[in-house]
Amino acid sequence: MNDKQKRMLWRIGITAVWLMALQFIPVQGWLHLALYLVAYGIIGYDILRKAGKGIVNGRIFDENFLMTIATLGAFALAIYEQSGDYLEGIAVMLFYQIGEWFQSYAVGRSRKNIGALMDIRPDYANIERDGKLEKVDPDDVALGTTIVVQPGERVPLDGVVLRGTSSLNTSALTGESLPRDVQQGDEVISGCINMTGVLYVKTTKESEESTVSKILELVEDSSSHKSQSENFITKFAKVYTPAVCLGALALAIIPPAIQLMYGHADPQWENWIYRALIFLVISCPCALVISIPLSFFAGIGGASREGILIKGSNYMETLAQTRYIAFDKTGTLTKGNFEVNGVHHNQMEKEELLAYAAMAECASSHPISKSLQQAYGKPIDRNRVRNIHEISGHGVKAAVDGHIVAVGNDKLMKQMKISYVPCHSMGTILHVAVDGRYAGHIVISDVIKPHARQAIAALKRNGIKQTVMLTGDTRRAAENIAKDVGVDQVYSELLPADKVNKVEQLLARKGEKEKLAFVGDGINDAPVLTRADIGIAMGAMGSDAAIEAADVVLMDDDPLQIANAILLSRKCLRIVYENIVFALGIKFLCLGLGAVGIANMWFAIFADVGVMILAILNAIRALYPPSVSIKKDSRKMVLQPQSE
Amino acid sequence: MKKKTYKIDVDCANCANLMEDAARKTEGVAEATVNFMLQKMIIKFEENYDPEQVMQQVVKDCKKVEPDCEIHVK
Repeated sequence: MNDKQKRMLWRIGITAVWLMALQFIPVQGWLHLALYLVAYGIIGYDILRKAGKGIVNGRIFDENFLMTIATLGAFALAIYEQSGDYLEGIAVMLFYQIGEWFQSYAVGRSRKNIGALMDIRPDYANIERDGKLEKVDPDDVALGTTIVVQPGERVPLDGVVLRGTSSLNTSALTGESLPRDVQQGDEVISGCINMTGVLYVKTTKESEESTVSKILELVEDSSSHKSQSENFITKFAKVYTPAVCLGALALAIIPPAIQLMYGHADPQWENWIYRALIFLVISCPCALVISIPLSFFAGIGGASREGILIKGSNYMETLAQTRYIAFDKTGTLTKGNFEVNGVHHNQMEKEELLAYAAMAECASSHPISKSLQQAYGKPIDRNRVRNIHEISGHGVKAAVDGHIVAVGNDKLMKQMKISYVPCHSMGTILHVAVDGRYAGHIVISDVIKPHARQAIAALKRNGIKQTVMLTGDTRRAAENIAKDVGVDQVYSELLPADKVNKVEQLLARKGEKEKLAFVGDGINDAPVLTRADIGIAMGAMGSDAAIEAADVVLMDDDPLQIANAILLSRKCLRIVYENIVFALGIKFLCLGLGAVGIANMWFAIFADVGVMILAILNAIRALYPPSVSIKKDSRKMVLQPQSE
Repeated sequence: MKKKTYKIDVDCANCANLMEDAARKTEGVAEATVNFMLQKMIIKFEENYDPEQVMQQVVKDCKKVEPDCEIHVK
């Protein structure tokens, strides 16, 4: 609670006690009125002041003015009717202030809570000086400085580990709960929490350029991209208040005037003016105006906790309307690194074959050699390998443990006149011959990500009409992966420019309300990311280019996050629509009831304050995003044996 | 184009919208956004304008629409 709120709470308390006491003080006439006016002054002086200022500045029709007119009007009616019932006017002011206080408190609280969730900004960095650790502001740490990150601390700046090993909790950045192990030479990213060991890190970026700053800037800037619903409400609020005020004026004048015209003896002025005052109380647009951005704010905050960064509420809206998704293949649906996927027709043990191949290829820095070494899994003893001889475009020959080993493609086998077994698998095929005899072949290919299939299935289940894969890969390879993963359509052998063309074709084909998302890994596909209705970059931990180009950034590289992003956007949008319909519905209902004389001031107060509180509570729900469960996806289709 | 972020204090969401409007109309301001949730005002200034002087006017204009608002111009 801040000072302003505390002061207000006192004023509310004093007024309430004062009003209660007044019920037991038997005074009449002007003194009675004066005592009530004191209470009115205590609770409403700031409103009166603001209303006055508003008029001076040419801004009538704000809520202060409305409350002033409504409450003073109620006083005037009580005086005119000589009823001595001044309570209602003050009560309206009192409840309005209670409502405002509650709003300020609730919004302040949720703002703080959400803010804290997103606050992954490190407070300090440790620098070793004369054997002692010194805490300094991360902003003051120069590039290339060695910083010390102790267990339990947040990595303050991006850098490379010089000494030490540890596990890092990256969940604040990626939403991924599995810790990541780092050792000497590994890159660490600011915002991660160091869990186990002390790390000495040489910074590679300054504070302003570090991942944490980039992410925070992105989330904070998200309010500049306003959604249609926000724009609608802002515009609506501008029209709504004056319209209701005019309605109030009309209600106060027209019905009594008509009654006078038709010669009724009593035009019931007070009755109609009272109804008009009810209108004024309902006319405050705050419940509407607060609940929409609060919903989006909570939605974007909740999403960022899951490692899904959405750059604005407009993108959330687009994401919720996405019906078509185009994927880049490499790095999105597949891991983008090559792995040994199979060993076929081997005449010796699989491990032995891999060992020969890995050793023969050990001098090469080609990715294929790396994947062979990875599959071999043991350090390579180079003393066992001699006479390595590379035949460009064909493969490699070498002597391993005295055996002549040839590793290469079909051409190499043909050249050496060794009969080989051709392979039907996708990917790069490495034939291996030992001492002139065929020993089998190794299949090396890009691997589909573990959740790719489930992700596509989850998208389909959630109303995505078509999934398309765009790739520069060969047709056979692309179609194979597409079939495996379950995407509907494949366009292969595309150059980067062709991808843009394809996306444009897809954009032209779909309906206006159906949006097309493009998912890429942010490398080389910036033009496509910007061309699609919404660009999603994956696995963006530490890649500035991707964060820059995309509208939605998935920090993790799990394709299931795409479905999660869409689901949580839909939930958020649903809450926004609920709030719009609910707030407007109640307001219009109360306006209607007020006009026919059923609703009184208390109703009006509910329409204003109650609706706002409920809308705020509803908005908070957006903080808790739904997620696709993998369990449901792993339900396999069981083929029924045919009974006939 | 220079872009600066200022901390603000404002109580109601509608007032924040009004401040945004007012700031946008101020001379020398190219773009203005108020983030009510983070209580921040982000201003992009037009070329050849001094941010400090522009901000003085922005504060004045905002006070007109919402007397209770506070903009912390460092």
